[in-house]
Amino acid sequence: MLTTTLGLLIIALVLLIVFQIAKTNELVTALKGEQEVQNVQNRFHGAMFLGFLIVGMIAAVWSAFHYAPLYLPYPSSEHGAWIRSMFFWTLVATVPVFILTHIALFWFSFQYKRDGSRTAFYFPGSNKLELIWTAIPAVVMILLVYEGLRSWYKITGPAPQEAMVVEATAQQFFWTLRYGGNDNKIGNKSVKLIGGDNSLGLDWEDSANHDDFIADELHLKVGQPVLVKISAIDVLHSFYLPHFRVKMDAVPGIPTQFWFTPTKTTKQMREELNNPDFNYELACAELCGQAHFNMRKVVVVEDEADFNAWKAQQQALYVKLGLNNQTQPSSGGTGSADEQQRNTETEHTKTAKL
Amino acid sequence: MAILESGTEITQVHVQHDEHHEHEHHHEEGFISKYIFSQDHKMIARQFLITGVIWSFIGVLFSVIFRLQLAWPDESFPILETLLGKWAEGGKLAPNFYYALVTMHGTIMVFFVLTAGLSGTFSNLLIPLQIGARDMASPFLNMLSYWFFFLAGIIMLISLFISTGPADGGWTAYPPLSGLPQASPGSEFGMTLWLLSMAVFIVSSLLGGLNYITTILNMRTEGMTMMRMPLTIWAFFFTAVLGVLSFPVLLSGAILLLFDRHLGTSFYLSDIYIAGKPLTNAAGEILQGGSPILFQHLFWFLGHPEVYIVILPAMGMVSHVLATNSRKPIFGYSAMVMSILAITVLAFLVWAHHMFVSGMNPFIGSIFVLFTLLIAVPSAIKVFNWIGTIWRGNINFTPDTLFSIGFVSLFISGGLTGLYLGNSTLDIPLHDTYFVVAHFHIVMGLAAGFGLFVGVYHWFPKLFNGRQMNNTLGYIHFWITFIGSYCIFWPMHYLGMTGVPRRYFQFSNFETFDVYGDLNVFITLAAIMVFFAQFVFVINFVHSALYGKKMTSLNPLSSNSLEWTTPIEPGHGNWPGAIPKVYRGPYEYGRGGVDYVPQHLNDQQIWGEKGAPQEVAH
Repeated sequence: MLTTTLGLLIIALVLLIVFQIAKTNELVTALKGEQEVQNVQNRFHGAMFLGFLIVGMIAAVWSAFHYAPLYLPYPSSEHGAWIRSMFFWTLVATVPVFILTHIALFWFSFQYKRDGSRTAFYFPGSNKLELIWTAIPAVVMILLVYEGLRSWYKITGPAPQEAMVVEATAQQFFWTLRYGGNDNKIGNKSVKLIGGDNSLGLDWEDSANHDDFIADELHLKVGQPVLVKISAIDVLHSFYLPHFRVKMDAVPGIPTQFWFTPTKTTKQMREELNNPDFNYELACAELCGQAHFNMRKVVVVEDEADFNAWKAQQQALYVKLGLNNQTQPSSGGTGSADEQQRNTETEHTKTAKL
Repeated sequence: MAILESGTEITQVHVQHDEHHEHEHHHEEGFISKYIFSQDHKMIARQFLITGVIWSFIGVLFSVIFRLQLAWPDESFPILETLLGKWAEGGKLAPNFYYALVTMHGTIMVFFVLTAGLSGTFSNLLIPLQIGARDMASPFLNMLSYWFFFLAGIIMLISLFISTGPADGGWTAYPPLSGLPQASPGSEFGMTLWLLSMAVFIVSSLLGGLNYITTILNMRTEGMTMMRMPLTIWAFFFTAVLGVLSFPVLLSGAILLLFDRHLGTSFYLSDIYIAGKPLTNAAGEILQGGSPILFQHLFWFLGHPEVYIVILPAMGMVSHVLATNSRKPIFGYSAMVMSILAITVLAFLVWAHHMFVSGMNPFIGSIFVLFTLLIAVPSAIKVFNWIGTIWRGNINFTPDTLFSIGFVSLFISGGLTGLYLGNSTLDIPLHDTYFVVAHFHIVMGLAAGFGLFVGVYHWFPKLFNGRQMNNTLGYIHFWITFIGSYCIFWPMHYLGMTGVPRRYFQFSNFETFDVYGDLNVFITLAAIMVFFAQFVFVINFVHSALYGKKMTSLNPLSSNSLEWTTPIEPGHGNWPGAIPKVYRGPYEYGRGGVDYVPQHLNDQQIWGEKGAPQEVAH
């Protein structure tokens, strides 16, 4: 408490001193003549802008390279490389503009300060120049749009047939990862069925669910496309894999998806980065409540053998819950109409929303 | 002709009104009607400004508090417990209150400071003064506009003190988080107050906007054609158009959200299981069919034009000040007008670039990529024209000029990163990271904030009865703010390159994001420094308003526009005699070798018998 008060007191004191100096300057101005004093000021600020340009540019370049080792490493997915090249071309388009406009802005500020030695040059504009600096940005923009959309359509296009299907369901404040099992199909689910052990609301009538298993970590096979079906059951979340350049919101009531192909195993990354503790991570990127910053899952990319070994250890939820030993939960004849309706309903909502 | 007539009519009414006043010169205007429920646009401008400045301190203070958390997540700050009580037990910020601070910071800065404080202040002050009108078309609606804003502020202020805390779902208030009290403490009563406050604020903004448009179209003085208006007026005009056409959409979005919260509808809610049970209506049926993405469309249909609502007035004022203080015509006046028009039109066609990865159809996204990148063209034209304006000028570096140059620099830096985020492909990794935080704070927050300072330093004598601000304090204020702001937001691009997500209470849970400890400390220190530098401004502001040096001449800056033809202490009605006529555009500095070429003098008065010199074609 004492240090805070002291700190604030010191700041107040500094402000007071600054204020007194400023008041004195006002008096000096009155004595020396206003334009005289202003000319001195103008020279000072012109030089300051030039200094800011030089120091600022050096600082910007230095810091960009200084922190470069901390940036995300080269993308670990196929489409990540396209994004990276798009980033590169956008840099090519913007960095020169950034540098040239800033040089012009600050150099002119320095060069054309009012110090009593010049008069302004009357020049109300030039249509030719306007045309040039409208046309050039327009062409550059069209090129960027073209190049960007080419990748965008590839990234958001339909997933390849052979893609492995994984479902990510978000809720406050964790992810549940479900694999399609041997049939590579995610069975139907509904929030109406959530209860007891069935935390996702899987519909056990749908036999596609019977081999689905739930995993603690997101395991992916290197080189194999994976289609992530994303959903949320309470508020918005966002499925975010920084190393793979993957991000897609999880929206209650509206299924979303994202497909990608991992290109580097966790082991390769550990060697490349020389960091034996490295892990790919899954995070949430859409504010979802007070523990938003804590929705982590580990992502493991491995080769086929490791992946298959891991998969063999996973037990289908249906089996885990012992449902395979019971008779079908459906009560036969009367229930089937009900059941059919529910199935068509889920199908219907799905197609409508996709 | 009809328009002209009605304009004259209003003027005449005012003239009579003034005569009436002059007649009873010693009749004291009551304190309440002069200072509180004033209908004088200049007083209303002052009210907007002072309220905006107070809100900006609250908003910026919040950011300093949550920056403490980001820089020193393990440290405890006893002063926070003193200030915030249960929200910072043991001197450590509670996560949900961190989010409440983030939400309130955004809401306050965007709406109360940069919309009301900036556009409200200077539209009110400058529209009648620069077009030559005695007041707004409807001074009464104008007064209501301020008091609705005031009421919105009071409601928001109350929400800070309720037991469940203020809204904490982000300034964008995306449902279902904002729609379900179960989802977050701030989504309880705090969110209701937030929505009410927004609804009242929108009323304020609409009353103001309709008034600005009407005044500019109908009440220009004789000779003030549209193409002779200062660029400030063009900017305020299009700002008002943007607001009038887009704010109602946010209002509808907010009202539907209120329905979802309190009347059991499900516009935005579907298939939700929360707090241990599915979300059902009164009949026990599960809520289905709503779309959270619908709210995002409604929100951003305002939300994106909103960023132009805050930046256009700043652009207008910067153009005006750069021309005036460089003693040169603004480079390409009609190109400047056309680019504001283009920005206004395109502003309505880019909103969904906030939603590339929201689950929206990717094809729709691609259309928004096109329009988003196209809006860079008129923005680039403006930048080139500002640089063209100072080229071979005779620049006087008063604080308003410094802030104008700073504005152009920030607008370039922040604008260029928009080309990364506006490209949907690049938005995938950058969306909702610190790259976005850096981008919009530089291009919208700081640039518009600099615009506010440009306006205050330049027009201070018109705001406070001819008193001037202290330049030395202005210089100190500028350099700390300018350098400090870059120190805060430039490094955030690097965080974005590492994919560090925004709205994280702490990063220690992720190996990937927990790599910038030192940089976060640096950013926070810079933020604290900039925060305290603003006290230099406030001291200067308050002291100058009360005791500042009085102007000794009517027009110390030799500005061409009409506001400097009013008396040093203009009364209600602005000009004691007739309103001046206008003979030319506002930026003919240096034409025919004459430095000062005001709008209100005729050619003979300026260039003598020969009249206006021939325009050289370029």
